[in-house]
Amino acid sequence: MSIDESTAAKVAKLARIKVEEDALPALAQEFNAVLGFIEQLNEVDVEGVEPMVSVTPMRLKRREDVVTDGDQQEKILSNAPDAREGFFAVPKVVE
Amino acid sequence: MTDLTKLTLAEARDKLRAGDVTSVELTETFLKAIDDADALNAFVHKTPEIALERAKAADVRIAQGDAPDMCGLPIGIKDLFCTKGVPSQAASAILEGFKPEYESTISQKLEDSGAVMLGKLNMDEFAMGSSNETSVYGNAINPWRRGNDDAALTPGGSSGGSASAVAADLCLAATGTDTGGSIRQPAAFTGITGIKPTYGRCSRWGVVAFASSLDQAGPMTKDVRDAAIMLEAMCGHDEKDSTSVDLVVPNFEAMLTGDIRGKKIGIPKEYRMDGMPAEIEKLWADGTEMLKAAGAEIVDISLPHTKYALPAYYVIAPAEASSNLARYDGVRYGHRATLAAGDGITEMYEKTRAEGFGHEVQRRVMVGTYVLSAGFYDAYYNRARRVRTLIKQDFENVFAQGIDAILTPATPSAAFGLGEMTDADPIQMYLNDVFTVTVNLAGLPGISVPTGVDTQGLPLGLQLIGRPWEEGDLLNTAYALEQAAGFVAKPGKWW
Repeated sequence: MSIDESTAAKVAKLARIKVEEDALPALAQEFNAVLGFIEQLNEVDVEGVEPMVSVTPMRLKRREDVVTDGDQQEKILSNAPDAREGFFAVPKVVE
Repeated sequence: MTDLTKLTLAEARDKLRAGDVTSVELTETFLKAIDDADALNAFVHKTPEIALERAKAADVRIAQGDAPDMCGLPIGIKDLFCTKGVPSQAASAILEGFKPEYESTISQKLEDSGAVMLGKLNMDEFAMGSSNETSVYGNAINPWRRGNDDAALTPGGSSGGSASAVAADLCLAATGTDTGGSIRQPAAFTGITGIKPTYGRCSRWGVVAFASSLDQAGPMTKDVRDAAIMLEAMCGHDEKDSTSVDLVVPNFEAMLTGDIRGKKIGIPKEYRMDGMPAEIEKLWADGTEMLKAAGAEIVDISLPHTKYALPAYYVIAPAEASSNLARYDGVRYGHRATLAAGDGITEMYEKTRAEGFGHEVQRRVMVGTYVLSAGFYDAYYNRARRVRTLIKQDFENVFAQGIDAILTPATPSAAFGLGEMTDADPIQMYLNDVFTVTVNLAGLPGISVPTGVDTQGLPLGLQLIGRPWEEGDLLNTAYALEQAAGFVAKPGKWW
C-alpha cells in the first residue's frame, strides 16, 4: 500500500492542516515510511482476538448525573484568541 | 556547608524537619541554580514568585509539625501539566500565551502536599519525540557530555527538560509523563530514576492529552527512594478522571526493604535485539547477576509479540493524538492564524494548525487521521488494537507463571548527539522506545534505574517491569538493583 500525493493532500484536508502543494511529495514519502513500518502488523495472526478497549479490566466509576460546575463564562473565554460579548468569535461559517 | 542542590528529596525532607534548613533557603538556592543554567534550556517558564510564596507557607507548616513528606521540597513541573495562571504550552506554538484557569490534579496534589513549584520544564511538542528536539522552546540539553567532547547531547524525550533539570541539580525532582517511554528513556539518558506507574494510578486530568489510553504521569528523581516518596504524593483516585483507579495508595517508601530473596525475575529473550551494542548486553547481564546475587531467582521468559509493539504503538498513539489534537482549532485557546480576506472557518482551521503544530506533530496527526479514515480503520486501527491485546496477554502469561518483575535494558543506546538523527527517517527515532513501549501498551508499571556508564562515560539504565498495581514491590526490586549497582556518577558542571 503506497500513498501518492493526492492521498497525502486528502489526509491533510481531513486533518485540517494546510500543506502547500510543493510539500506534498515529501509528506507522501514520510507517510510511506511510517506505513511501511506499520505493515509488519499483517504478519500477526489476530483471528479471534478482541481489539483492546481498556487496558485495565476495571469498571469505570460512575457518578450522579448532576451539574458539578459551571457559570464560568469569563474564565472559559479568557484564553480565546477572539471573544466578544460573551461568545467565541469565528469567521463567517455560513454564506 | 552541604551543597543543598545535591540533596535527595528524602535528605532534604529530613533536614527540613530537623530544622537544619528552611524551605525558603532551599528554594532560593535552586532558583539561583536555575538562573545559572540557562544553557541547559531545561526550565522554560520560571516561577520564582510562586516558589517563594509556597516555600514560606511550607516553612510555617513544617514548624507546626504536621507536614507531609513533600512539604517544602522544590520541584519542577513538565510543561504538559496545566498550572493555573502559569504558561502551559505542551512546548507547542499552538498554545502560545495559554494560561490555564485551572490546575492539573497532579500538580494540585503536589501543591497540597506542600511541594514548591520552581517552574515549567522543557519537553518535546505534545510529548511527541524522543530527543526534546521537537520543542517550540528549542532543545533541552543533557548535562552529561562524552568525556571532554563538548558536543551537545540530547537528554532524551519527551520529558527531556525534567531529566536535564534533575540530573543537573536544578530541582530535587520533577514530574514527567510517559506515553511510550517518555519518563524512562530520558531518565536512562541522564543517570536518574523514573517510574511510569500502572495505567490509572495517576489522574490525567489537566495533563495535555497525547494518547489517552497510554498516557501516565510519574516522578523523575535522583534515586528510588525519592521515586517512592513522590509517586505516593501523585497517585490516587480523581473524580475528574474516570480512568483513575480507586485503590488504596500504599506507603511506597515503607516497602523499600531491599529484600528480594525468592523473587522471580524474568529475562525476556525477545528483548535481545539484533545489533544490540555490547555495552547494553553487558549492562543487562550485570544487572541480572546483581539481582541473582541479592537472592532473586532468574527465569528465562518469552514475550512473543514484542516485535509488534512499536508498529502497534505507531497506529494507536497517532490515532488517539489525531482525535485529541482536534481541539486545537484557533477558537477556544492559543494561536489563531492571521486570515486573508474572504477566508472562512475551514481556512482558519487549516492555517492555524499548519502554523501552530510543528513538523512531527503534524505528521503524527495526519498518520492518525489516515489510519482512522474510512476503509482503513479495520486494516490498521482495529488490527493494532488486536495486537495490543496479544501484547498484554504475553505479560499476563508470564505473571501467571509466577514472575514478579521483568528486567530489560531501558534504551538501545546511551544519549546521542542533538541533531544526529535529523536526517534519519522517523522510524530510527521511534526505535528509542523499543524496550519501553510494550509497558504502555500493556498498562504496566515500569521503572528505569541507572546502573552503569558506557566507555564514553555516559549513563546507562535498566528497566524493571512490574505487575499491575504493584508499584511498591517493583520499587523495592528497583531499590535492590540500585543498592547493588551503586551508581554515583554525576555530570561535571560546564554550564
